[in-house]
Amino acid sequence: MTILADRPAGTQPLDAIADAIAAAQPKPAAAPEDEVKNRDLVLIWYSGDLEKSWASLILATTAAASGVNTKVFITFWGLQAFVKDSKRITGETWMQKMLSFMQRPGMSHRKLSKMNFLGMGPWMMGVLAKKYGVAKPPELLEAAQALGVEFMPCQMTMDMFGLKREDMIDGLSEPVGAATVIDLLNNGAASLFI
Amino acid sequence: MDTLETTAPPADATVGATVDARGLSCPMPIVKTAQAIKTVASGALVEVLATDPGSTKDFTAWCRSTGNELVEQSADGAVYRFVIRRK
Repeated sequence: MTILADRPAGTQPLDAIADAIAAAQPKPAAAPEDEVKNRDLVLIWYSGDLEKSWASLILATTAAASGVNTKVFITFWGLQAFVKDSKRITGETWMQKMLSFMQRPGMSHRKLSKMNFLGMGPWMMGVLAKKYGVAKPPELLEAAQALGVEFMPCQMTMDMFGLKREDMIDGLSEPVGAATVIDLLNNGAASLFI
Repeated sequence: MDTLETTAPPADATVGATVDARGLSCPMPIVKTAQAIKTVASGALVEVLATDPGSTKDFTAWCRSTGNELVEQSADGAVYRFVIRRK
């Protein structure tokens, strides 16, 4: 109401009307001071590759550290990263067992999508990470869980790969489906698909 | 000390915790600071030491996201120092 306030003296009747109108208007809810409203984040962790798992963990930990309510939907190849490192073969049928045999599960056993060279690539990444003070995926996963990132495994993929709850690391939430992700998106969550 | 931007911290607030993130890369300086700031009371200060050049932008952005206040930012050679007040 700066325009009205700047009027010269003698326009009191107008101001009185303006005040009455202003008083009748519903007042916008005053935002509490210092209140930062961040959007929630849903990260869809699709890939089981080392470099993408790394990126997912960096973004998820940073989001949680920044006060963003962060949920990670783990699906398809991503689920293999969340199988316990100690597990070697998972699944019931020979096809499911073959999947885990061909791709060793566990966060410590991720492979690079390119330049893997029978493990030489990930080993070199580990050396470089150490040299440059970069936290490796298992450490980042621990940080993410400590910061309250919610990891939601995909029920459908768990069934298809024959993964049981006890095959997976501790601290995961109950398995969910795509509808849970869509609901979060409908409620305004930002999303990442990695 | 090459001070980039300095606001003297108030006399009543003291540094409640120091995060030594020297030698650590993204995102660990932020992750450790987020954990450390929970250990101090609202209004208290947390000091962060880091060597990651990206941290100068990152701490500004992090403070914007979290509502904490970056009260001091300086660099001493390759070591960056941030003083953050918990909201």
